[in-house]
Amino acid sequence: MPLTSLSEAIQAHVADGASVALEGFTHLIPFAAGHELIRQGRRDLHLIRMTPDLIYDQLIGMGCARKLTFSWGGNPGVGSLHRLRDAVEHAWPRPLELDEHSHAGMAAAFCAGAARLPFGTLRGYLDNDLDHVNPRIRRVECPFTGERLAAVPALNPDVTILHAQRADRAGNVALHGIVGALREAAMAASRVIVTVEEIVDVLPPAMNAIVLPHFIVSAVVHCPGGAYPSYAHGFYGRDNAFYQQWDAIARNREVFQAWMQRHVLETADHAGFLASLEKRAA
Amino acid sequence: MMQATRDEWMTVAAARMLRDRCVCFVGIGLPSAACNLARLTHAPGIVLIYESGTIGTRPDVLPLSIGDGELAETAAFVVPLPEVFSHYLQGGRVDVGFLGAAQVDRFGNLNSTVIGPYVHPTTRLPGAGGAPEIAAHARETFVMAKATPRSFVEQLDFRTSAGFGSGSGARERTNARGGGPRAVITDFGILAPRPKSDELQLTALFADATVEEARAAVAWPLAVADVIDTLVPPTDHELHTLRALHARTRAAHAQAVVLPVGAKTRVSP
Repeated sequence: MPLTSLSEAIQAHVADGASVALEGFTHLIPFAAGHELIRQGRRDLHLIRMTPDLIYDQLIGMGCARKLTFSWGGNPGVGSLHRLRDAVEHAWPRPLELDEHSHAGMAAAFCAGAARLPFGTLRGYLDNDLDHVNPRIRRVECPFTGERLAAVPALNPDVTILHAQRADRAGNVALHGIVGALREAAMAASRVIVTVEEIVDVLPPAMNAIVLPHFIVSAVVHCPGGAYPSYAHGFYGRDNAFYQQWDAIARNREVFQAWMQRHVLETADHAGFLASLEKRAA
Repeated sequence: MMQATRDEWMTVAAARMLRDRCVCFVGIGLPSAACNLARLTHAPGIVLIYESGTIGTRPDVLPLSIGDGELAETAAFVVPLPEVFSHYLQGGRVDVGFLGAAQVDRFGNLNSTVIGPYVHPTTRLPGAGGAPEIAAHARETFVMAKATPRSFVEQLDFRTSAGFGSGSGARERTNARGGGPRAVITDFGILAPRPKSDELQLTALFADATVEEARAAVAWPLAVADVIDTLVPPTDHELHTLRALHARTRAAHAQAVVLPVGAKTRVSP
């Protein structure tokens, strides 16, 4: 039975120094799990995510990460991730190694990882500088046509952490809406932790739905509102106003630290976090 | 006649360049406004794809992010992100791609990665996202960017996405299948590649803009086409449609999110 609490799941499956992918493309971003990583003081993480979003801004600003694999690091529709920028521009609070890709390249790397192939290929990174600064972007010759294609090493995170709409009691997880590369990130990982909006006896029938079967899922956590301020389609919308407010919070180191202290470090769990923002999930 | 801002000129100019029923890969910001304005005016059959996987989407309000729920709810269907890039974009199914950038050079190459050296940048920008492969594979691309001598530069600090490379057919010697930038839509008018050299030249001005203004906003010596079109000002219908779209969007984004009541906070294992 993989049903557990979030603190137990993070304790059991995420070690200092691990490579960790918290995936979900704008939708279903596992904020609650990211906050728990911060509460438990994880260090030296290799964070992997196509779009770092606010949750990686928070993890990076709190000094949890040594390395970031990513393809677009902004606050969507708003501007910069100021904590990510501060880490890259000023090594604050610590230096951050970058492994930078394009979306297409990173998607290919997740697909290769899910298939347990050594690398992914694409007709990409054409005539630009990304492969000059990232030695992990290389070229491979097609054995049939001789065409030179881009190659990126497979991504196989130690742990992939996701948020989803629902799971059953056996640990099968079903999700829908904008899914990004989260299915591939899950299949590529050694361990998978999923927080869900609800636990049901039987998942609704959906022949071609995205389902993560119980035998790839290491832990399921019931965590209503666990994607907030991202969203869970069918449960609650994205808090675009919060994403806009984050710009001012993250711009200043002291304001950021005070916010994290009050809303994450001094709250016991996600229900406490939401209560501190006066968002009710109970 | 209503007075239009330069943002509105840019949005309307871009919208008018979109054909009905074309398949269009959309970015956030001005491109998203332009594509939806086209859909709400002359191009009701346009197929909008956002990189989050929403295909044939018809949002009532503009998304703040590339993956707002509005895009999924109003989409014909939603696919996983790897399919957007492999099956649709790399597969050659996209007619038009939109790109923005912090820096543009005279051959339509773009920088959205860093200002200053890569390892120690003065400004770290968000990075590539979908841009390099949109630039490579869409049949044609439109670049939307406001021009100043700091953004329309002699030399990019970093090339994130290739336009015409070093020009004079350089693009054709890469594996890029798409045709490259058809136009750069900026806040004085439109630049387009000159045949053979591929260098961007001024081809059209907004009615209230001048060649001198264009030259002052571009850091390289700007080439000018033999004939410069003057763009027809945004019509009242275009402006009404665009402003109503923005008003709906502002109202929607200001709405507070309420998490569902009635969910239990925790189920014991």
